[in-house]
Amino acid sequence: MKRKSKFVLPARYILMIMTGICIAGMLLGFTLNISGGPLNAVAGYIFIPMQRGINTVGTFLTGKAESLKNLADVMVENEQLRQQVDALTTELNTIKLEQYELDNLRELLELDQKYPSYEKVAANVIGRNGGNWFSSFTIDKGSEDGIEADMNVIAGSGLVGIVTDVGPNYARVSTIINDMNKVSGMVTSTSDNLVVSGSLENMNENMVIDFSDLSDGDDEVRVGDTVVTSYISDRYQQGILIGYVASLKMDSNNLTKSGTITPAVDFEHIEEVLVILNKKQTAED
Amino acid sequence: MRRKLTVFAVIVVCYLLQTTLFQRLAFASIAPNLLIIVASAFGFMRGRKEGLFTGFFCGLILDIFSGSAPGIYALLYMYAGYINGFFRKRFYPEDIKLPLLLIAGSDLAVNLFIYFFMFLFRNRYNLNYYFLHLMLPELVYTMVVTIFLYVIVLKINQRLEAVEKRSAGKFV
Repeated sequence: MKRKSKFVLPARYILMIMTGICIAGMLLGFTLNISGGPLNAVAGYIFIPMQRGINTVGTFLTGKAESLKNLADVMVENEQLRQQVDALTTELNTIKLEQYELDNLRELLELDQKYPSYEKVAANVIGRNGGNWFSSFTIDKGSEDGIEADMNVIAGSGLVGIVTDVGPNYARVSTIINDMNKVSGMVTSTSDNLVVSGSLENMNENMVIDFSDLSDGDDEVRVGDTVVTSYISDRYQQGILIGYVASLKMDSNNLTKSGTITPAVDFEHIEEVLVILNKKQTAED
Repeated sequence: MRRKLTVFAVIVVCYLLQTTLFQRLAFASIAPNLLIIVASAFGFMRGRKEGLFTGFFCGLILDIFSGSAPGIYALLYMYAGYINGFFRKRFYPEDIKLPLLLIAGSDLAVNLFIYFFMFLFRNRYNLNYYFLHLMLPELVYTMVVTIFLYVIVLKINQRLEAVEKRSAGKFV
């Protein structure tokens, strides 16, 4: 009598089953807005310590290599810098005057009081993912440090993006230049609202991102105007600097304008970011 | 068990390199795709079933950490591994032409599908641009890395097969 010792499922059936699992995952992710769940935590504990390690070693090595290379240059530079110091001191005095003027202007814009009052936590960027298509990265702080999804991330003075997903020891940040992201912004000079959307193509070509739906009836918005996050956004805190208008043109409907914005943050070289721990209050909360 | 752990380790190492080291070595902000090399290599070296699972886990890691739509990368990489499995009969370890061709094809196919599902549906029609500035550079960079990585993966696989043969021989 012939007996099968072990039942082996043919590869094409396995493929079908796994396809079903993937599609179910996608549907669940879209409808319930969850991703991974417990998988996130497990993956976080496996990958994040290693990514952090590699990153530390990498930074250390580049630092060491550069310090050796630079030692000779530094001697020469030192001499030049001494001369520069004198020149700059004179310049500084002029700038102090301008700073005073700037402070006054800031007060007018009321940006100054809003910005520093947020509670922030600093985090390091430890890995960039999303392949070449999407701009997102992993930071080394997670829910254990009080980070939650939808918290805003800034670097320097500009908006970097938003936390999309949190593990115990890591969080994923999707940047505003990400092709799938949209932020509602506001031109500070005229208080007109607009929609900022990331663009892979424009970012790679001209280092700018798109904006659209700017209704500027009086034709007052100019190239170089500051764009900040708008009060109507339900995910972004009000008044965070996004960038500066780089170009604008009238849409074919003759009502709204669209164009491009130069982001305030250098997205190529982000290493440290600040996560704002205050979340935007919405009507539901 | 030994094989599963080894393959998992290979995937982990490649993912880590792809997101850390190669991001620093990126040319014009394009990094090579190491995981597609692993997924398709195990496909044509070991057949459909193993290619399928290797691809699935490669994609799953990408899904967990890049998360636009959970499952999409897992699905694409799984099919890449599975389809590469059909070429197992034509695969000879000494010949590097077929692996290069298959990996190039897989990389391009996966990118085209990502463009189709995640860009075309959002009215980004400029395929020409994305092809010339993203898919093609990634393809070339991935091919360069393949020449080194493929040899390593091949050696790991041959080592594993040798060990498996030995331990199987003991029981007969």
